[in-house]
Amino acid sequence: MRFIDEYRNVDLGQKLVSRIHRVCTQPIKLMEFCGGHTTAILKYGIRQLLPQTVEMLSGPGCPVCVTTNADLDKAIALAHLPNVIITTFGDMMKVPGSYSSLQQAKADGADIRIVYSVRDALDITQNNPKKSVIFIGIGFETTAPTLAASILEAEQKEIKNFYVLSLLKLCPPAIKLLLMIALVGLSEVKLDGIVCPGHVSAIIGSYPWEFIPRQYNIACVISGFEPLDILLSLVMLIDQIELEKPKVEIAYRRGVKPEGNRQAQELMARVFEPTTATWRGIGKVPLGGLKLKKEYERFNAESTFSITPPLPREPKACLCGDILRGAKRPPECKLFGESCTPENPIGPCMVSSEGACAAYFHYGVSYG
Amino acid sequence: MCLAVPVRIVSVEGTNAEVEIGGLKRKISIWLTPEAKVGDYVLLHTGYAINVIDEVEAQKTLELLQEMISTDEVH
Repeated sequence: MRFIDEYRNVDLGQKLVSRIHRVCTQPIKLMEFCGGHTTAILKYGIRQLLPQTVEMLSGPGCPVCVTTNADLDKAIALAHLPNVIITTFGDMMKVPGSYSSLQQAKADGADIRIVYSVRDALDITQNNPKKSVIFIGIGFETTAPTLAASILEAEQKEIKNFYVLSLLKLCPPAIKLLLMIALVGLSEVKLDGIVCPGHVSAIIGSYPWEFIPRQYNIACVISGFEPLDILLSLVMLIDQIELEKPKVEIAYRRGVKPEGNRQAQELMARVFEPTTATWRGIGKVPLGGLKLKKEYERFNAESTFSITPPLPREPKACLCGDILRGAKRPPECKLFGESCTPENPIGPCMVSSEGACAAYFHYGVSYG
Repeated sequence: MCLAVPVRIVSVEGTNAEVEIGGLKRKISIWLTPEAKVGDYVLLHTGYAINVIDEVEAQKTLELLQEMISTDEVH
């Protein structure tokens, strides 16, 4: 396929790896923020090709994984309401909440439908005028504009029975909080460079990451998801670190413009506004989420429906929170691959197709 | 979750477009990329094009990779 195959060239990849081995003179710690990158790095065996001195940590960039149990419990409570259809991306089904999951709710009789796009949720809404259709709105900046577009479409078409549970999250504020925690010595994770998320940046551009080199002296490269994209990003990061000149660079130029996608930003800002959001593993992130603006409040599932979710609780011994901060690796969790597997997940990082635990389980050959 | 794949636009009708993905055709929204036109490749994420792929930049990246390696081979 075009724009994929040419970025999987093995010969070029091997030469980039040799370059990394030659240029990298010091131990460095890098974080790939995005779960898509974690999966690609493990799937293509990139970690095994890197010098021992280059440590790659996975970050919190998986919307399913950072959704808290309290929020999952709300989705499950909504599913149990009469006359309601829940629409959700498939990844959410098996994620365990405090006491149940959407999959369990479906087994118990709730009407829950997996959709590929929020547009499919709108179709379901129009085909079921007597039901209230709620979309479980998880996602980062990549997905937020699509939700904004669906709400504007529902408004235009005067669809009255469509609602969204907004669990949308914004990435730069979460990274900022992680770096602040590290700076004041409250975290063991001291980073030299960050592989910034490609498709989040396709929407927001490169400017929102500028604070990272400026305030924290950490190198940043926005990367695509093919093996050569990732290797190129690593070369660029190592060059920045070796030269001691951290900045924000875009390795994924075919998909990311410095200014991002203005139309998408505009739609997102029309419908949503930033709010404090709780991220699993990180905690309360100021401006780290999106809520519906007052004008679109009638689409808000949380304020429209009365639910009483149970007091949230966390599974004992699950290290998802530490793993999402890069403080622990999946194999360090004693549940990993034993009682927690993709078939019977205990934590969300084992469920999501881009969760770090699932990626290690499927591709982490040596678990090293 | 933030997965997006390159697809080619076959036809455009308002804010919708038909795209080709590995021989299959699918209807998507191009509301977020109003500049997208027939023949363009877009990044498709959950039914929406989130950016038009910049073919010139794609080519430049491949050239940069070649250049990096050739300067490396001199060392």
